[in-house]
Amino acid sequence: MKFSRFTAVLLAGFAMVSAFGASAEAAPKKDFKIAWSIYAGWMPWGWASDSGLVKKWADKYGITIDVVQFNDYIESINQYTAGAFDGVTATNMDTLAIPSVGGVDTTALIIGDYSNGNDAVILKDKKILAEIKGQKVNLVELSVSHYLLARGLETVGLSEKDISVINTSDADMVAAYKTPQVTAVVTWNPLVAEILAEPSATKVFDSSQIPGEIQDMLVVNTDTLKANPDLGKALAGIWYDTMKVMSSSTPEGKAAREAMGKAAGTDLAGYEAQLATTKMFYTAKEAVAFTTSGQLPTITDSVRNFLFAHGLLGDNAKSPDVVGIEFADGRVLGDKSKVKFRFTDTYMKMAADGTL
Amino acid sequence: MRRFINRHPDAAIRLLLILLPFVLVIAAYAVASSARLAANPDDKLLPSWTQMQQAVDRMAFTPDRRSGEYLMWKDTAASLTRLGLGIGIATVLGGLLGILQGLIPYARALLSNFTGIVAMIPPLAVLPILFIMFGLGEVSKVVLIIVGILPFIIRDIAQRTGEIPREQLIKAQTLGASTWQITHRIVVPQMLPRLIDSVRLSLGAAWLFLISAEAIAAEAGLGYRIFLMRRYLSMDVILPYVAWITFLAFALDFALRLLQRWAFRWMYRGEGR
Repeated sequence: MKFSRFTAVLLAGFAMVSAFGASAEAAPKKDFKIAWSIYAGWMPWGWASDSGLVKKWADKYGITIDVVQFNDYIESINQYTAGAFDGVTATNMDTLAIPSVGGVDTTALIIGDYSNGNDAVILKDKKILAEIKGQKVNLVELSVSHYLLARGLETVGLSEKDISVINTSDADMVAAYKTPQVTAVVTWNPLVAEILAEPSATKVFDSSQIPGEIQDMLVVNTDTLKANPDLGKALAGIWYDTMKVMSSSTPEGKAAREAMGKAAGTDLAGYEAQLATTKMFYTAKEAVAFTTSGQLPTITDSVRNFLFAHGLLGDNAKSPDVVGIEFADGRVLGDKSKVKFRFTDTYMKMAADGTL
Repeated sequence: MRRFINRHPDAAIRLLLILLPFVLVIAAYAVASSARLAANPDDKLLPSWTQMQQAVDRMAFTPDRRSGEYLMWKDTAASLTRLGLGIGIATVLGGLLGILQGLIPYARALLSNFTGIVAMIPPLAVLPILFIMFGLGEVSKVVLIIVGILPFIIRDIAQRTGEIPREQLIKAQTLGASTWQITHRIVVPQMLPRLIDSVRLSLGAAWLFLISAEAIAAEAGLGYRIFLMRRYLSMDVILPYVAWITFLAFALDFALRLLQRWAFRWMYRGEGR
């Protein structure tokens, strides 16, 4: 008697939980959610949302797109990976390491820019990169900073064994630099600019020396995109309309850049300085050319090897080939039966051809 | 009629009720996890028991591929050292300053308002200052724990000291005891078990500050690993770490309670057990 009542309660609990889990599937999707976070190359999303461009393009295709800002970049990717969002702004490296390795088939819908000096290795009271040997380096471990450092070390014949890495939160990087024990940091803008303002700081290596390797993209869930190509078209339309305004020298363009700068916590001059170290693909044509170029597979191979060496392709990964990466021409790097990361120029090309 | 508040469950029902919330949470997790894994076998958000077991095996019982260390033990040792130092120093200082503040009017005038106000400063908000004063190394992590829990211990002990019956102090004085004798014969023995209570209540905060400090800059530690793994949504590592931290915190609390019972048996005499 006692037990049967107990079992009943338990069963009710189970029923509630499973009902919770099953309620996700639904009819044709009309409402989409895109997450973005603050970074020079992603500020256009916030502006596009405020200026009504998002609504304009979404209306055109009869859908709604909710553009949500996150304060924490990694959290936004995690939320996307967990399925709470249909798309997110992310770098190529983090896309491969988080959603793709996590089994979420992801498509790079738009390659917006690549870091062209926005990420940098900074030494205190030292002038050249080789002097980093033996130092403790403060950086956000396993981030693009870590990748930049690994690439930089290669150029001077060093490896990660020659230094030690201290995982340091980006929010505290500037304060960390000001403490006497910290002698080397790797970080990104606007923190780079702030740290370089200190007289002791010298930039010894930056992402302009590995052009194209740190890409900032808008990625979307491949299955969602396949079922709803209109989402891809609307997003490409929003992006390249925004690029057109943003890159123009008209008062309207200046106002847009100023608004983006303000949203990023700086002003027009500060934001333009950040854009100067960001290679924006202002036209869809440039982005298509980059996406279809022969250099993309080479870059991607270098990124996946870094991730593999740091155990980020999964703990059972025997080689960097565990995840398949498909390029715009259909070539696949890695496991062809398990493609989880796809580059495509389809939607950017539509924007370039004006067929959206 | 027996009112509901007077009804007690018998032993079997009691055990069931104790286990019920645990079982429900575990069952809910198992159902949700298997549902997600059925949809996507590579899902990282709610790993299966096997995945977590493999992660523990990898972190705790297999040397790391790159450094050859057993990461989980290395993290545990690093965190417990910081926590031990922080709590130890805060306990000694808190006991001393608390008794001073509670017993000596001059010390009270000097300290009580100051500690009262300092206790209200959220330590995490002044972190950059701590960094610049104490660097980014071990010292600043230990200092953060101390700054986080010391004011509470001082205030608690000062208040307990103030609650010592006035008659005891007067009686000691009529017997000719000096301030020093009163302190170490009457006040300190009564305050030691209270100090353990105070530390037990501070344990939660101490863990919180430890993990925050490790999230900001570290090379090892339980909090460091959790924040690093969070970058890649490796919940298969994070969840066992959370369970391990919970266990360590529980064990520490239990050990302090045992210490108190063993060392200050007089406190429990009134309970008649």
